[in-house]
Amino acid sequence: MAVLELINVSKHFGAIQAVNDVSFSLEPGEVVGLMGDNGAGKSTLVKMIAGNFRPSHGALRMDGGELVMHKPVDARRSGIEIVHQDLAICDNLTAAANVFLGREMRRGVWPFSVLDYASMYRRAGEIFIELKSETRPRDLVRKMSGGQRQAVAIARTMLSKAKIVLMDEPTAAISVRQVAEVLNLIRQLRDSGIAVVLISHRMPDVFDVADRVIVMRRGRKVADKVIAASSPEEVTGLITGAVEAA
Amino acid sequence: MAVTLDQTIEHKQHTFLSRLLGNQTFWVVIAVVLACVFLSLSTDSFATAKNLYNITRNVTFVAIVALGMTFVIITGGIDLSVGSVLCLSSMVLAVTMHAGYSIELGILAAVATSLVIGAFNGILIAYLGFPSFVVTLGMLSIARSLAMVASNNTVVFQFGPDHDKLLALGGGAWLFGIANPVLYMIVLALLTGFVMRWTRFGRHIFAIGGNEQAAMLTGVPVKPIKVAVYMICALSAAIAGIIQTGWLGAVTTNIGTGMELQVIAAAVIGGANLAGGVGTAFGALVGAALIEVIRNSLGLLGINAFWQGTFIGGAIVLAVLFDRLRNIRQSD
Repeated sequence: MAVLELINVSKHFGAIQAVNDVSFSLEPGEVVGLMGDNGAGKSTLVKMIAGNFRPSHGALRMDGGELVMHKPVDARRSGIEIVHQDLAICDNLTAAANVFLGREMRRGVWPFSVLDYASMYRRAGEIFIELKSETRPRDLVRKMSGGQRQAVAIARTMLSKAKIVLMDEPTAAISVRQVAEVLNLIRQLRDSGIAVVLISHRMPDVFDVADRVIVMRRGRKVADKVIAASSPEEVTGLITGAVEAA
Repeated sequence: MAVTLDQTIEHKQHTFLSRLLGNQTFWVVIAVVLACVFLSLSTDSFATAKNLYNITRNVTFVAIVALGMTFVIITGGIDLSVGSVLCLSSMVLAVTMHAGYSIELGILAAVATSLVIGAFNGILIAYLGFPSFVVTLGMLSIARSLAMVASNNTVVFQFGPDHDKLLALGGGAWLFGIANPVLYMIVLALLTGFVMRWTRFGRHIFAIGGNEQAAMLTGVPVKPIKVAVYMICALSAAIAGIIQTGWLGAVTTNIGTGMELQVIAAAVIGGANLAGGVGTAFGALVGAALIEVIRNSLGLLGINAFWQGTFIGGAIVLAVLFDRLRNIRQSD
């Protein structure tokens, strides 16, 4: 059964139709590449899934039930986690502190509850091992590589039992070797049964890791294909409009 | 070789020694200790009980406010109004007690005044997006002016029925002959250190200073925390003001003038970074101590007092120089 379904979702801001009648579904353990040129409606679509915007028309369904979200916290509660493009990381804190930012573990009883450093280091360490990332919980993020920073941001999504992880341009600003590292992290998420939406401009990454590609153009979904049945040339054509639809 | 979970968790980037040597606060402590040793050997008057009593007590007023300022600086802000808030709180205390009310009521009024000012600063900065520099610069002017209005610009030196209680609060030495202000400072520093290291609030102020946008996206209540931080800072000024009033036994409308710069200097010398995200309670104390030792020593060594600013200014630049050198070396 689909973990998330979008049914005829539209979003307009005044007269501007940002997303127009889009439907698709996500299966558990599936990586979906979401592609499209700037202004195609990708980020509006993602913001609706992330709880930032409510659709003007249409509905979201999760595990068969209707999903109504008013703010980003609701999305997180429903098991939807986002890895932001700039990673939302604090350089001056340790990896573990960043993983638990806003969700710190504490021990003791209020008003004597204190941060539980030991448990946070342990849990963060376990997640990094699970992600097969050589990231150490006590290290300051300032000194980390782009790939390790991605691991920190992705580790956040694994604190709770996420069902869906939205990744916004995770490979946009990092070196070639680190891209491979990040793609491996995405495979780790997929293997643990999480549905991953990969928003990316980079054709090779999408074709490397995704099972399916959805192409947006001018607010509409113009393609939704299994990767094996498509090609980078076709997708480029779909993005630019050279190919009408597929 | 497989790395176990425990090894990964226990791994630290630096050994204890290398962390110590790379720490600005550590070098300032060394400077303070060396200065004290040098002064003890070269003058007869430094290492006397009376002089040490004076130094420790003089440190406290700047140090207590520097603790509050450190919270603000860690979030990446600045509070220029602390000197004026200290003056206004002291004046509210003095005027209330002079009018015949109890010391409890006087302190309550002074603390409430500071919290209102802190909340005003914080709300403008956090919710309306004003730069902290501008808001608190305005408040620097407003608070001192209000103190003049409250007292009609007179000196208040009679504090009503609880006069003696107030003087004992600030001027006494209730424990082992240590001046009371020093005791308050130690308690407040321990409290500050605890909050910064062990509470969620403490963690969040560092996160805000490191990357405010990230803190917001990860669900940290950034705006309420920023308001709280300016309230804490104003509160620290009020506490210092209350103690100083008790110690001096009089309040004029020019106490705390220019204090904001000394306080910021103390925090920065102690390792707080004006860009945000870095700072400690211990650093604030050490920074304040270094400034006071410099001031005291110039007097004892018979150096013209006009040189004071040069030495303190030099200390600020030198302390931050250590930090810069380390960063330059790291980025290579």
